Amino acid sequence: MRAIALVAGAVFKESVRDRVPYSMVAFAVLLIAASFLISQLTAGQDIKIIKDLGLAAISWFGLVIAVFIGIGLVSKEVERRSVFALLAKPLTRGQFILGKYLGLVLTLVVNLSVMAVAFYAVLFYFDSVTTDYLKTAWPAPALDPRLMLAIGLTIAELAIVTALALFFSTFSSPLLSAMLTLGLWVAGHFSGDLRNFEAVIDAPPVVALARGLYYVLPNLAPFNIRAEVAHGVEVSGTTIALTLAYAVVYIGILLTAAMAIFQRRDFK
Amino acid sequence: MAVIETEELSKDFQVGFWRPRPYRALDRLTLSVNEGEVFGFLGPNGAGKSTTIKLLMQLLTPTTGTVRILGQPAGSLAVKQRIGFLPENPYFYDHLTAEELLTYFAKLFGLRGSDVPSRVSQVLDEVGLGKERRLRLRQYSKGMVQRVGLAQALINEPDVVFLDEPMSGLDPLGRRHVRQLMLRLRDRGCTVFFSSHILSDAESLCSRVAILAQGRLVASGRLSEIFAFELRGWELVVDNLSDVARQALTPRLLAAIPLSHGRYTLELPPEPAPDAFVHELGQYGARVLSLNPVRDTLEDYFVKTVGAATARQTGL
Repeated sequence: MRAIALVAGAVFKESVRDRVPYSMVAFAVLLIAASFLISQLTAGQDIKIIKDLGLAAISWFGLVIAVFIGIGLVSKEVERRSVFALLAKPLTRGQFILGKYLGLVLTLVVNLSVMAVAFYAVLFYFDSVTTDYLKTAWPAPALDPRLMLAIGLTIAELAIVTALALFFSTFSSPLLSAMLTLGLWVAGHFSGDLRNFEAVIDAPPVVALARGLYYVLPNLAPFNIRAEVAHGVEVSGTTIALTLAYAVVYIGILLTAAMAIFQRRDFK
Repeated sequence: MAVIETEELSKDFQVGFWRPRPYRALDRLTLSVNEGEVFGFLGPNGAGKSTTIKLLMQLLTPTTGTVRILGQPAGSLAVKQRIGFLPENPYFYDHLTAEELLTYFAKLFGLRGSDVPSRVSQVLDEVGLGKERRLRLRQYSKGMVQRVGLAQALINEPDVVFLDEPMSGLDPLGRRHVRQLMLRLRDRGCTVFFSSHILSDAESLCSRVAILAQGRLVASGRLSEIFAFELRGWELVVDNLSDVARQALTPRLLAAIPLSHGRYTLELPPEPAPDAFVHELGQYGARVLSLNPVRDTLEDYFVKTVGAATARQTGL
């Protein structure tokens, strides 16, 4: 456990000193701030626009950080051969993979927390300059704590994306890993449609294939509750608990597969 | 006692995209390195030296054969705890400092508390890294990275250290420093296994060497066992040698190479001993600046052996 924590700590230290995530966070903070200006153009929809744009910015920039750091975590170490010295230390390959994963998830949590603070700061300012009368038209308060729920599920979704990126980077090049991960992220938001394919097509083999793909592809749509939260619609606790449980199981499977592949890998 | 043992160790790589076929990078290597030795692993590029070291470190899986280090299967955590490894052309993390990198590695070896900074500082001193230790590694020159690589290989005070081309990227001062470091390690009882192209380093450091060519072991043993340091002649550098003296001495010389006005390099056959010749030079008023025996070098042997092995395998 100590070895995993040490690898995770090194990944975190290395990642936060890299300028790429900083620029992403800065850009996201700017976009969140800009949502305030955009909201001024649309009377009556202002708070929803700020929340929608802010949550979307957090999700997109988190995705870019997860994919572009995630794909490099293992493949860059192998390409640059820094993995040689590390694997000669008292560390198993499984511990190496788990440490890398947890280090990046920690980096994501910190980056998303910075974005969340910026987001709440914009909402706080907006709340303070809005009259009580206008606030009565809002579907939910500006500083709605459920926004944290949406950000929490975004982190869980990005934890799956990170596991995908890490999985692909154990056996393929950074470019291919990025393409596969982004492809699965897009597919993951529509994979729910594959479950009831029989309603669309009357061909049992195709339906069976679609059903198989549904179980293999990540199902990321349930992690997006941004619209519900922005519009003040209730999201059930059971749905959230099941979504989080799904994330844990899916990540567990991906990391086990990544460790199995990495265990057998030759470093030429 | 043997601390590194390989038996019939082979490694095949698949080459070719459409029709992959095996390429044998290492062929049935059987080797044994004793405790406290400085063992030189020599060979030209592509001979299989790095492949062997990666097999010893379990970075590659052998196609056939076994590897044992310190009496245990290579790759076990117990073995890793007691070894150090410097990869060829090492690379570390851009955004960490040398101190942070070594702190990270020291903790992986289980060091805790105040032992960590003191060991880190000690080992960085040992490889000659001063204030630079607080700079991020991306700002380091190749030679400085090599020193950090050496430091991380020694952080756990290993019983066996594997150094893949340890002199690579170092200037002459750095090379001398590393040579001294390797001898200090030997004096502490540490076994040093190193690969190198630089034969003079092997000659001055190694108790035993192995020479690899085309993936096969072509020679192994003590330097004095695998080739005779046969005397081939004598070489003198003399000053103030007059034309008269040179003409008088020419019949006994193999060559007289002018260096500058009145200064020559003179080459003599191995027999007779040069004492009388030196005396005679004095009588002519010439001054002997140096006198050295000329022997077969490891390089001569290396060129001869590796050349023959390559010719056998390529059929040329």
